[in-house]
Amino acid sequence: MAIESEKNEGERFTYLDNNATTPMLEQARIALAERLLDGNASSMYALGRKSKAFVEDARKGFAELLGCVPDDVIFTSGATESNDTVLNIAKRLIREKGGRILSSAIEHPSIIETLKRFEADDGVEYSLCPVDGGGRIIVSELEKELVKGDVVLTSIMAANNETGVIQPISQACDLAHRHGSLFHTDATQILGKGDFDFNAGGYDYASCSAHKFYGPKGVGALVVRSGRPYYPLLTGGHQEGGRRSGTYNSTCAYAAGIAARAAKADIRSEAGRLAALRDRLREGLLERVPDISFNGNPDYLVPNTLNVSFRNVEGESILLMLDFEGICVSTGSACATGSLEPSYVLLASGTPIEDAHSSIRFSLGRENTGEDIDYVLEKLPPIIERLRQISTRGRK
Amino acid sequence: MIDLNEWTYSKIVMEHFRNPHNILSENEKFIPDGEGNVGSLACGDQMYVALQISDGKVKDIRWLTYGCASAIASTSIMSDMVKGMSLEQAYEITPEQIVSALDGLPEHKFHCSVLGDKALRAAIDDYLKKNNLPNPYKAKSVKIICECKNITDQRIDELVASQEVRTFAELQEKTGLGTVCGKCKAKAQDLFAELRHIHGFV
Repeated sequence: MAIESEKNEGERFTYLDNNATTPMLEQARIALAERLLDGNASSMYALGRKSKAFVEDARKGFAELLGCVPDDVIFTSGATESNDTVLNIAKRLIREKGGRILSSAIEHPSIIETLKRFEADDGVEYSLCPVDGGGRIIVSELEKELVKGDVVLTSIMAANNETGVIQPISQACDLAHRHGSLFHTDATQILGKGDFDFNAGGYDYASCSAHKFYGPKGVGALVVRSGRPYYPLLTGGHQEGGRRSGTYNSTCAYAAGIAARAAKADIRSEAGRLAALRDRLREGLLERVPDISFNGNPDYLVPNTLNVSFRNVEGESILLMLDFEGICVSTGSACATGSLEPSYVLLASGTPIEDAHSSIRFSLGRENTGEDIDYVLEKLPPIIERLRQISTRGRK
Repeated sequence: MIDLNEWTYSKIVMEHFRNPHNILSENEKFIPDGEGNVGSLACGDQMYVALQISDGKVKDIRWLTYGCASAIASTSIMSDMVKGMSLEQAYEITPEQIVSALDGLPEHKFHCSVLGDKALRAAIDDYLKKNNLPNPYKAKSVKIICECKNITDQRIDELVASQEVRTFAELQEKTGLGTVCGKCKAKAQDLFAELRHIHGFV
């Protein structure tokens, strides 16, 4: 209902941008509202102790979802902070003993842009593993870098936000360990959608954001296996055992813990339901709209994501036309990035540049129904037809 | 109030985007006297302009655009503005005039999406060339970019269009632009990127 409130009376509102953020779960919203008057969880008196208890309850909820022990969960403001913290650890290790960071060409900007900044500011060296035409990292290329023996940290996302392609992180982690590298995964886009188990995978670090699994914005976690190198990014307080300073966000953490438990409990049924809806959308588009192509290897997709290119139509135009119909999606076109280049993820994944400009990402979620898919299949084909009528269609 | 400006288009932009004027329809027999085409699908923006010209004036115009909302809206409003104009007036339409008629555009949209005036000038150039007429407008609109080496925007345009230069470094090597006092370099780099975009190179 948080997102539904955008809707005017009598108008349909169809939210298909759940990889950007998800509408908070009702139980999480209620819990959050109840905790608005929390005390400071570091205070000794009863009010503070009670708030601390809610934080610790949430820590257990996160541990259940991530498959780790509660003590390994450090609450942060979200995956960007978690990613930055891990890269900062690697930077410190490199300063002490040399080496470099290995990541991939399709990581979130909070990894890639931070690596660029580290290189510019501190001369930190890094390499980005390429991906194949289906948007999956090429493991043999990763290995080529790892065998050089100087990689301190390998960071590979669990699933990509734009294409929805699940990455071979378990395999990447084993290779990294075999060659003496620590392994971090940005698990933001997999939680609640696909299998993830921190302990079974043997990862050293993992990042996540609660608002991607129906929790509140501004809270997330960094999981750090006990005994792995650690340096805090934020200092000056004793919170999180000195691992992350700043007053406990007990209000949001508690609500996030509830969302984490729900994501864990519903993963099997939701994944099946979303995959069926997504396939219905895919089949319906293929039937109704000519000249389309799908981005990302369909054998490795998270169940909620469909990335489509509509030849000869620019993505932002489609996005805005859908917005007029109350349908929310995102695009990889340059217009959306505010630059001349379209999505670096799609380009790295071998999508032709024309198709990257023409791409639309549908990402389904808990609140979507078959009716939503039917509504999109009713509204979208005439929009594409109309925009193609006014398009140059690449004439010379 | 919350600042929504970054992604907010004016009412006029939205009207033209939803109901663009003077589109070339597939069934229409519009025989053009001059045609212009700028950009490419790879660039994310492409505009085609077709003109009917009589008595030195733009009698009618049709266009097609591959691009975002502001690209569509800016070509649409330009097509309204230009009808009845003399070729000289039409040639002098600037992106600033188009943006002002649209009641503004978000800043990051300004350069990439307002290509309508360029497609219009290309169509006028095409008309004059086809009819073996002199083109006084092109010479008049020329701007010197590098004063030290006397390099004009049109010279850079020719070099980009013919792909004689593909990078800014090649442009500098070829012309010496920006190698003396260096004052023009930033502006020239922007122009170079824009011209690559207009000519359909990414």
